Amino acid sequence: MNKIVQWIDERISLEAARKFAKKKEVPVFYGTVWYYLGGVALFLFIIQIITGILLTFYYQPGVNTAYESVKFIVSKVEYGWLIRETHSWSANLFIFFIFLHMFTVFFAKAYRKPREMTWMTGMLLLLVALGFGFSGYLLPWNELSFFATRVGTEIAGALPVVGDFLLKFLRAGDEVSGATLTRFYGIHVAVLPLIAITLLVIHLLLVQFQGMSVPPKLEKNPALRRGAIPFFPNFVLRDLTVWLIVFNVVALLALLFPWELGLKADPLAPAPAGIRPEWYFMFMFQTLKQIPAHFLFMEGELFGILVFLVGGIIWFLVPFLDKHAGDPDAVSSKRWTRIGIIVLAFIIVMTIWGYLV
Amino acid sequence: MGTDSGTSLPSASRRKFIDYLLGGGILAWLGTILYPLYRYLTPPKVANVSVNQVEAGLVKDFPLNTAKIVRFGRKPVIVIRKKTGEFTALTATCTHLDCTVQYKSDAEIIWCACHNGKYDLNGNNISGPPPKPLTRMVAKVQKDKVIVMRGEEA
Repeated sequence: MNKIVQWIDERISLEAARKFAKKKEVPVFYGTVWYYLGGVALFLFIIQIITGILLTFYYQPGVNTAYESVKFIVSKVEYGWLIRETHSWSANLFIFFIFLHMFTVFFAKAYRKPREMTWMTGMLLLLVALGFGFSGYLLPWNELSFFATRVGTEIAGALPVVGDFLLKFLRAGDEVSGATLTRFYGIHVAVLPLIAITLLVIHLLLVQFQGMSVPPKLEKNPALRRGAIPFFPNFVLRDLTVWLIVFNVVALLALLFPWELGLKADPLAPAPAGIRPEWYFMFMFQTLKQIPAHFLFMEGELFGILVFLVGGIIWFLVPFLDKHAGDPDAVSSKRWTRIGIIVLAFIIVMTIWGYLV
Repeated sequence: MGTDSGTSLPSASRRKFIDYLLGGGILAWLGTILYPLYRYLTPPKVANVSVNQVEAGLVKDFPLNTAKIVRFGRKPVIVIRKKTGEFTALTATCTHLDCTVQYKSDAEIIWCACHNGKYDLNGNNISGPPPKPLTRMVAKVQKDKVIVMRGEEA
């Protein structure tokens, strides 16, 4: 092994790579546990790539084959159920950990200068993750996913100016059909992975270049800090330990709580009672449900969509809006923390409410 | 960038001209690539199935206070037999977000499961988020069959 390293070292100096790996330190303090969350999301993404590739070996997009091939995977292919359940569970946990990662970063104000780009690539990655969820949900072509896609694309279609084009582009026509399914498949297995990997590389390089952020409170009061450990290899080994735990949790969930395949999509069947989107869209779904049909000269749903759109853009630009984020005593900084708490509370309350009714 | 110090160098206007030519050429080249891509991604028009009437089934297959969804061209239509025995037909696509509605026989209303939208049997949106009524169709009984036709306004 040493010989191989030496052989490579003689040809391309590995010194730069070594220095790059050793450069970063992880601060030890009450919030060190937050530093694991992004890594967990990364690990779940790796699981998604592996299980996703495995699923493509049997999955066949198409109105007459999609549902049947997923059924074939879970009932006939040896351990096919395990691969599919792992893919579904890992997908849900992936999005959950991205949200968790995002909120800890938000409340630790880690987006402040000089990490604006890390925040923005992270937000784009969240958007891509939601795109993965939305496009992947349709692929089994069951009743729930069929109506979720009709509603979801109709929402995109309600956007001003671009809506009409977007609706036709996503559905590959006026209706959700077999053409939509093949298009979503292409987006899910080729377009989004390329975008995600590109963004992820930028996101990780930025973290490695800039090192770990600490909350402003800690910056002001170094006494709260209990030293630091090298990222490589010390923290990486801890990361791997956490990944092992996460892996076992995913496996356990996949074993004990399988996701149902449900009934095959039927364009002539009414939307079934109790229909609801994936949990991470629930707060938006529940909000749209509460808005009256007409609100302020426009259709209620358009109003809701615009609110979410504007809110998302503000959230994306928060590193530039929270101008005194580095000062824990600044009034404006505290105000942004309060806004974050309200957003988080809104999401949690709406999600729970959505599941209660 | 260069300074025109002598007549041997191209003049600024000549350089500018070449820049425009090059820039324009690149834009046109990009256009020839992007336009086919844009057109490729726009799905081709599927021939519109023009249907004026469909058979919804036999009268005896509709017990009182039940409904059935039938295909009308490419759209679903809900055919309801009221308690009184009359037939009524409406487009079955919820005007809110495109889900397919269903008949609730207990409340005698049309209901959309997606966002709890409700319509009366004339298709009027009575509660929930739907912004518009369902489009009315004409349902007629001819001999023992139920026939659905386009309404006057549709």
